[in-house]
Order: sequence, then C-alpha cells, then structure tokens
Amino acid sequence: MKLDSKIPEGHISQKWTDYKDHLKLVAPNNRPKIDIIVVGTGLAGASAAASLGEMGYNVKAFCFQDSPRRAHSIAAQGGINAAKNYQNDGDSIFRLFYDTIKGGDYRAREANVHRLAEVSGNIIDQCVAQGVPFAREYGGLLDNRSFGGTQVQRTFYAAGQTGQQLLLGAYSALSRQIGLGRVKMYNRHEMLDIVKVDGKARGIIARNLVTGELERHSAHAVIIASGGYGNVYFLSTNAMGSNVTAAWKVHKKGAFFANPCYVQIHPTCIPVHGTNQSKLTLMSESLRNSGRIWVPKKKEDAEAIRAGKLKPTQIAEEDRDYYLERRYPAFGNLVPRDVASRAAKERCDAGYGIEANDTNEGVYLDFSSEIKAKGKQAAYAAGDHNPSEAKIIELGKKWVESKYGNLFQMYEKITDENPYETPMKIYPAVHYTMGGVWVDYNLQSTIPGCFVAGEANFSDHGANRLGASALMQGLADGYFVLPYTVSDYLANEIRTGSIPTDLPEFVEAENSVKSLIDKFLNNNGTKSVDHFHKRLGLIMWNKVGMGRSEQSLTEAISEIAALREEFYKDVFVPGDANEMNPELEKALRVADFMELGQLMAKDGLQRKESCGGHFREEYQDAEGETLRDDENFKFVGAWEYKGEDINQSELHKEALNYEFIKIAARNYK
Amino acid sequence: MASKTINITLKIWRQKNANAKGSMETYKLDNVSTDSSFLEMLDQLNEQLINERQEPIAFDHDCREGICGMCSLYINGEAHGPDRAVTTCQLHMRKFKDGETIYIEPWRAKAFPVIKDLVVDRSAFDRIQQAGGFVSVNTSGRTMDANAIPIAKVDADKAFEAATCIGCGACVATCKNSSAMLFVSAKVSQMALLPQGKVEATQRVLNMVKQMDEEGFGNCTNTGACEVECPKEISLENIARMNREYMKASLKS
Repeated sequence: MKLDSKIPEGHISQKWTDYKDHLKLVAPNNRPKIDIIVVGTGLAGASAAASLGEMGYNVKAFCFQDSPRRAHSIAAQGGINAAKNYQNDGDSIFRLFYDTIKGGDYRAREANVHRLAEVSGNIIDQCVAQGVPFAREYGGLLDNRSFGGTQVQRTFYAAGQTGQQLLLGAYSALSRQIGLGRVKMYNRHEMLDIVKVDGKARGIIARNLVTGELERHSAHAVIIASGGYGNVYFLSTNAMGSNVTAAWKVHKKGAFFANPCYVQIHPTCIPVHGTNQSKLTLMSESLRNSGRIWVPKKKEDAEAIRAGKLKPTQIAEEDRDYYLERRYPAFGNLVPRDVASRAAKERCDAGYGIEANDTNEGVYLDFSSEIKAKGKQAAYAAGDHNPSEAKIIELGKKWVESKYGNLFQMYEKITDENPYETPMKIYPAVHYTMGGVWVDYNLQSTIPGCFVAGEANFSDHGANRLGASALMQGLADGYFVLPYTVSDYLANEIRTGSIPTDLPEFVEAENSVKSLIDKFLNNNGTKSVDHFHKRLGLIMWNKVGMGRSEQSLTEAISEIAALREEFYKDVFVPGDANEMNPELEKALRVADFMELGQLMAKDGLQRKESCGGHFREEYQDAEGETLRDDENFKFVGAWEYKGEDINQSELHKEALNYEFIKIAARNYK
Repeated sequence: MASKTINITLKIWRQKNANAKGSMETYKLDNVSTDSSFLEMLDQLNEQLINERQEPIAFDHDCREGICGMCSLYINGEAHGPDRAVTTCQLHMRKFKDGETIYIEPWRAKAFPVIKDLVVDRSAFDRIQQAGGFVSVNTSGRTMDANAIPIAKVDADKAFEAATCIGCGACVATCKNSSAMLFVSAKVSQMALLPQGKVEATQRVLNMVKQMDEEGFGNCTNTGACEVECPKEISLENIARMNREYMKASLKS
C-alpha cells in the first residue's frame, strides 16, 4: 500500500482555503440519516462531536471517565498559541507556522502545520464567544505570554488552568448538543475494538464500565480522539486512565501508526519521590517565563545539598550554573522542551543533580530574580520609588501569585516546600507523544472512514511539540478541520442507510473482545496488573527514554517480549466481567501498551539520527546537540501491523518536502 | 522531603453494586510513606488486597493533580479530607499520624447514587450543564474578533474564579441538604459576568435551576460548608449572584 498524504497543490497560504472550497458537502436534510461515532471527549473529541452535532449529524460520543468534562485536556496548564499579533511584536501566521516546523525539528508536514497556524486565530475568537475566561489586561483586552521556542508573545492563557477553561468551553458546546438531542453521550464506556465492514470503519465494540456489558455501536464514520500513549512509561504526567487502546485497536485493524518513537519528555516536572508513586506532576512551561533554571557550579555543593547539609538559598550567585542561559543565550530558559530536558539530564548525569532520590535527578527552577524584578516594578507603578527590600519581596510574591498561584499551591501540597521561599526542584518527565495514528491531510487514517484527531494522530508536531501547541491542535482538528473533511467523506454515504449491528463483523469483533476478557479473568496468575505495568515503564524509561542507543533499543524489544509473555502467564485479574472492574480495565490497557512499547523501540531503532525528542546517543555533535540526518531520515515512519510478532511490522515512508521553509540545523544559541 | 512511613487502620465503605447493601470494612495497612498521596495509599492497599486474592476497592480518580474532578471520597467526615483547597488526590499522608484510624466513605446524596464501593454516579451534574450551562454560539470560528469587546479585568477575573469549579461534587456531599447551589451558581456566575453570556442569562438560570431541582438536590440554607470544603475555593458570592439572577429572571418571565 502506498501512502497518499493528499496534500493539495498550490501556495501554502492558499492550500486549505482552496481545498476546503472544493470539498463535497452533505445537505442538511441528509445529515440526520448519518451516524458518526466519536471516541474521546478531550479538546479534539468534544469539539468534533459538538461541531458535527450542530451540523445535524447523528453523533454518539464515548468517554471512559464519568463525565466528558474530565478528559485529560483539562490538565493542560500554560496556554494556547495563536497568531493574533495582539502584542504587536511581529507575529504572523507564517511565523507561527515556521516556529512550529522548526520546533518539531523539521519532521512535520508543512501543509498541516500551516493550516493549524491559519485557524489558530479563529480558535481564540470561538473560545471567547463561548465564554472562556482568558486572562486580560487592565484595559480589558486579552493578555499573552511567551512559551518555549518562540521570540514573540502569542500564548493566550487562563492562569495555570488554560486546558481546563478550554475543555470546559468545548464541553459546554457538547453539552448544548446533548441537551438538544443531537449528540448521545456514553459516559463510563471504553472502546475495545473497531469494526470494519467491506474495508470501511463501520462501528465499535465498547464496554459499559458500570455493568460490564459489551455493546455494539454502528456508524458511517468513526473518529478516534483518544489522546496520547505516554502511560506506556507507567510514570508520566498523563492521567491514570489515559491509554492507547482505541488507537492501538485501530492500528491492529489496518491503520498505520506513525513515528511512535517521538515522545516528549517535559523539562519541568516534580521529581520522582518513591516506589509507590503513581504519576508525575507537571509544572507548566509558562513558569520558565519567570523562573531561572540552575544547578550548583561545584560538585561538592550538589553533594552537600543532596545530603541535606546545604540549602539552595545558601549558594552564592556566582556559584550557580544557569546552564540554559549559558548554553543557549538567544533563547535562555525558553528553549524548546527537548533541548531543556536533555540539558537537565546532562547536568545530572555529570553529578550536579540536587534531588536526594535514588537517581539524584533534579535541578532548580528559581523565582527569586523575578520576585525582585516584578516587586520593584510594582512598587514604582504604585509611586514608591524607594521601596525597601522587604516591600519589594512582598510585592514580587504577590505578582508571582497572581500569575502562577495555582501551580505554586500544587507544588507545595505535593512536596511540602514553599516555592516562594526556596527554588522548585524539577526534572524531566514523560508528557506528550508526538507519534500516533498516521493520517492524511483530511485526518483520515489508512482505514477509510476512520479519522483520528488531537494527540492520537501524528500530524502536526514533528519530532518535538512546542509548548501551548497541543491545545491549539486539538481544537483546530475538532472545530475547524474534521467538520469539512468528514463531510466530504460522508457525501458518498447518504444512500447507505443505517448499519445493522448484527452483521458477522460485529459478532466477530465482540467475540474476540470477550475471549480476551475471559482469558484475563480466568488466568489465575499471581501478580497484579500494576506490577507488570511498572516493570514495562522501567524498561521504557531506561531504554526508550531521553537517551537511546542501538543497544538499549534492541534490549528493550526482547525484554518487553519476555515481560509480555510473563504478563499473559502470570497476571491476576480479580472480579467478574459483568460488573465495574477497574483491574480488568487496566489489564486490557496494559496488554496494548506492551505491544506499543515494542513498536516504539523498533521505530527508534530504524531512525538512525537524533531529532527533537528522539535522541540517539550515537548521533550527537561535540557539544551534545542532536545530529539530524536529513538525507536519509526526512520522512514519516508509518508502521503497518502484521501480526503479533513485532519483527513482522512493516515500515512505510512518507517523504517530507519542505517547499516554503528552508530546512536548517535547529539553533537556539 | 523528609520521608517516613506510618501504619494505619482504614474503615472503608464496601458495596458490591447499586442494589447491594453496603457496610464499613476494616483494613490494616503498614509502611505507608508520608510522601504518598492519599490515592497512592489506596493503590498500596489494593495491591495488598490483590496479593491476598481479595477484591480491590473501587474508587474514582484520573488526573491525580486536582483538576479533572473525578476523585471524591469523604475522609474522616470531610469531603476531600482534612486539608483545605485540595482534592483527595492532592491530599498527602503527611497529614495523618502513625497508628491513626481513617474513615473513608463515598459522597452521600440522593442525587449521587452509589455505583460500587466509593464510586458514585454524578451524571446529574452533566444534565444540569446540558440544561443551560453554555452560550448558544455555533462553532464556526466566524464570530467577532476576540478583542472586539473589552471586558473589565475585575469581571474577567471573577468569571475565571467561578469557572475554576471542577464539578467534583464536594459541595453536595458536604451540604446537610445535599444542595448543588455552589456548583450551579459557579456556572451561572461565570456566564452572567461576561457579555457573551448575558444574552441568554434569563433562560439559563431558570433552566439550570429547574434541572437542579428535578435531580433531587436539596435547597440552600446558607450554612456555607460547601465553600469551606470546595477544593477550588469557589465563593459563596456566586450563590448570592445566582439568587439575584434568578430573581431578575423570574420577574421577567
């Protein structure tokens, strides 16, 4: 099968407009005859379901949480990018497009990213119209801040809860359609397989998580918006329930899975504290607007700090190594995430880490300079031109609280330390997955009628996502892309009629789900699901994590294969099929993570270059920067499933052509 | 982080399903790190139960960073436990003493029936949102420019504060009347404070309150317990604002 990205002809700035104008439409009187399934209700899923419901289609939406409002988009903190240029600092659609391509280390599609930049402004307009309370300035207009990898202020935000506010906006649009009867919502339902009839996506098998019942749902198109797969590492900033199952089932039924090795390790998370830890907590990238990252210059200081004999506040200014400012003076603390993460790892590997955990992994994020600077500004603004040191600190803390209050509170609750007084301790953690189901320009996978949106697809972020771009992509896909492209597909379905769920394909899919459930419940092993998930996570973190090599990736593949075998032999899943059974839910998800983990390692192995979040230790320059190989690896690696043996999976390459951006080494110095 | 471990006794509500009769059961759990979150402590207990071939305890949780609103739990007689301005997932074991007995119950309210153990059905909240918790604007993106209507910072900030409600239901669980007024008023306030929400303000408050009553939530008697237990510190002022909105709407319609 040859991959066709269906990128339209024409100048980059006109592609989407021209293409959209020529897509087929479905007349309003035909839309109620057409069923659409949406799996997942985060930004992409909720916005798609709301928009398609509004248009008049018959929409069924599914989420595993107890309400669509709880999808993990809600946890995004820092903000959403849009090329509005409200700050008059030279921003434009082209610059947002350029920054995103460069940020992705030249591994994303030009046409998709330009479309994203084009609709970014509409997203902000739409959200404000829905009553999303973005931060404002005293004049009543919208405020912006900076994020990594850019030199303009284009990030819109709502304190440290931007994802929450945007998701609640999309949830309100979705709720409106549910209330009007145009969307039927299935809370506490998990998709466990896709059903294909005559090669097309025609429905799903879902498990009702309250009763345990397996349900068949049919549709003319299925949209997967089930998020990313970071939980393959067990410890990540993802929610506990975030999983790859919907995306993986689609992959196993014929959708190619692209760039699985591209994982974003976020530089500013609270370090690991112990073996019973269940997840990691992000401290928003927006904090790098105000915080400076450092470790001690002297190893003995780092050792004394770890031993509890020295406090960070006792280290003199000249004994601190602000390593990002030192290495990347042009972008400083606001380098992209992959760069910041690797730099932290480099310092900790060299023995300068400050956290007293097993691995000594931690660096400081220090707000003392900003507290002083902003305190002084505030005093001046209030007419006090000779403020005392105490006054400056007081006003500065107040300013910091107004910008980041909820994040500081969150940090204090977790660590029992007050970040207004002492620097935060942070370390990189798995956060976002750029890879995902391969889609064409229409966001359609290689299964006709199966569309994939948001983090679940691979399309817009290349090898590294810039901060504040995930929210943008989720809403762009759901509000402004899918309504057009799905309609184009459905224009050929107006005569199909409703699809019966007693077709043999539905029976077969349901039976295979049922037999897997029975297998787990009758397995009678000795170890819990979490036991295996944690071991998988350790393999992934140590061998398919921030630094990878031919050796580590090869080992990961065989270690996971062995672990997987042990899992099926020895896992114990208590309870019954016909009841609420969280252990069973976990077992079904971990089974898919095991397979995915192997594919991630395999993909990392074939990509013999370093790019973005994919750092192959063999491919770096003398200063430890990534060495990309554009001649041989300027392609999207899309994998075709060929059965349980991962070695049979087949790689298809989609060449990336840069017509409008000159490809260059990524330089933030 | 000065890590130490404690041994605790847990008294936990167990209920097989919605129709079964439940009861409080006792469990002993040793070596709980004080750096663990409350839910990590429950993970540890569940791991122990699984290893003893017993059925683990079902409880709702997802993001584990205090924003999704999925976790609940009535801990020692308080919604989200003894700490303030946190959800259960942000509560840490350092708030408890070695040897302590901790009581864990589900949210108790007629409108939140128990599904299993500590899991309750909060879909009533969704239905209240569906009755009017939105601005009726289609998602075309073809609205006016986002900066076309300046909004006073003080109003925008108040709307934001109301909008930070996570819909967890602690207000209902805490209230002696099982009233949902804090939850409903937060959404009504957010919209009422913004120009975009004013157009439909009359219908919104009437519809949402009607749905709230139909779901079986109780009335507000101004006790204020909801505000104390709310993990997002949603202010009682919102209830006052909703009452004003409701009064205005009733006079108009």
